[in-house]
Amino acid sequence: MSDLEDLYREIILDHYRSPRNRGALETPPATRTEGFNPLCGDEIVVYVDIDDDGVISEIAIEGQGCSISQSSASMMSAAVKGKTVAEVGALNATFKTMMSIHAGDIGGGTDDVDDNDPSSDLQPSTPVRLGDLEALRGVVKFPARIKCATLSWNTLAQAIVEANEQSDE
Amino acid sequence: MTNETNETFDVAKVKADFPTLDRCQDGKKLVFLDSAASSQRPRQVLDAMTSFYETSYANVHRGVYQLAEASTAAFEHARQTVARFIGAPSPNEVVFTKNATESINLVAGSWGRANLGPGDAVVLSLLEHHANIVPWQMLAAEKGFEIRWIPLDDEGRLDLTDLDRLLDGAKLLAVTAMSNVLGTITPVHELAAAAHQHGALCLVDACQLVPHLPTDVSALGADFVAFSGHKMLGPTGIGVLWGRQELLETMPPFLGGGGMILNVTTDGFTPDVPPGKFEAGTPPITEAVGLAAAIDYLTDLGMDAVRRHEVELTSYALRTLHDALGTDLTIHGPSEPAGRGGVLSLALEDVHAHDISQILDHHAIAVRPGHHCAKPLMRHLNVAATARASFYIYNDHRDVDRLAAALVEARDFFQR
Repeated sequence: MSDLEDLYREIILDHYRSPRNRGALETPPATRTEGFNPLCGDEIVVYVDIDDDGVISEIAIEGQGCSISQSSASMMSAAVKGKTVAEVGALNATFKTMMSIHAGDIGGGTDDVDDNDPSSDLQPSTPVRLGDLEALRGVVKFPARIKCATLSWNTLAQAIVEANEQSDE
Repeated sequence: MTNETNETFDVAKVKADFPTLDRCQDGKKLVFLDSAASSQRPRQVLDAMTSFYETSYANVHRGVYQLAEASTAAFEHARQTVARFIGAPSPNEVVFTKNATESINLVAGSWGRANLGPGDAVVLSLLEHHANIVPWQMLAAEKGFEIRWIPLDDEGRLDLTDLDRLLDGAKLLAVTAMSNVLGTITPVHELAAAAHQHGALCLVDACQLVPHLPTDVSALGADFVAFSGHKMLGPTGIGVLWGRQELLETMPPFLGGGGMILNVTTDGFTPDVPPGKFEAGTPPITEAVGLAAAIDYLTDLGMDAVRRHEVELTSYALRTLHDALGTDLTIHGPSEPAGRGGVLSLALEDVHAHDISQILDHHAIAVRPGHHCAKPLMRHLNVAATARASFYIYNDHRDVDRLAAALVEARDFFQR
């Protein structure tokens, strides 16, 4: 089961069984953003509350999906809480690079994994430490599952865009 | 081969005809349980297509040279083979399309666009595949007609209690003959008769019917029947729309281009007669030859025997899986094998469909996770996804046993 053990690390299963920051936030002040994986039907709802200093002060996750999408969302929520939008952008970019099957293989380095990736607007930055999120590295060996792992991050990037629009109004 | 026998066929011999089924993953022989998405194809189909390309290929309905005549003859022979297989009164009622999705879009874009408007209604069921939902939603957005839904009972069968009310004032009933998610076989004959009583036409999505059960479009009583070649041992890129001659004659063309006209001037065009009217552009010629070879293969086995094999295998699977997994396992859909096809949508307590499929793949077992292009049905079942195992002529008890063992392992892996 070595490949499977690599995919389903203990920390992933732990987040799947005991998801962090599960629930809803009041909107407003928080924003509510839905993400869908049209291939498998996974759905995720990300609530974020960004304070005046651009810090994600609260985040909550709803939805349903497989162990990879749910644990990735849980780990993401723990990783971004208390961070600034800029820090989250850098984290997202680093995570996406790890999740790219072609990372380092192709000249030009375009990431063709996520065509509709709102985080692709973010400035590429120096890689940051991923911490627990490293556990998802094994997913890359299973290309069909990459979208499971990136769904929550794409939804968060969209949520940040929407939160900024809301505060501009 | 008569209806009275219980004879099926030698599955081991059938298996040996399918090169893909020789595939091994990490030393384990592939168990292919995703035929509801697309079947595999036997050597006979591959050989027929290669041989056609090598000896008889040219564009059809164009050239006067002998090669073009040979190609056209093979293409039209394929049309006759399809017509005979589905009991169509005439090969001219058989339109070749890209797939069943295009067949349904053809009816929506041609008959629907000409006949549907505000105040009209199209009746669908909650079992439908997106292919028989979205074309009607697209047209409804343009034409402003209403879409009504036949609900389901607890076992995923059509609940026909309100059928008369639903059909009242409807112009079309578009319904699947067998659910690609639950395997539910619907009473198409009864539905078509009810539609006609209300002055509506009946379109049948027969994607899961034609590959698995004897099909006679005349006996079904429907007006349109759509299916795909790739789910019945044939190649991708070819589908069929069967339609009643008088309807096809009065319907406007769907796609415009070469091959579908009698005449074109700078002022306009005159369409061809059916089926040519609906076959714009170079059709899937070699694919038609492949589909005919697939039909020959199925005909040799006998469609009654195919159905018997699948009922027997489905009964064995329902029993074996329930014995192995007890209450940890839910199999959505009708509990009686006689009322369903060999399509099992599985749910394991605490294990998501994606994770089930991943662990099954580790055991070289191919099933499909997801919503199976039937999201309204998934919402009705209140699940986001299921893992679907679907059977065909090349599956046997051994495949079911391996599925059961791997599901036990998936459960244990996630419950540890």
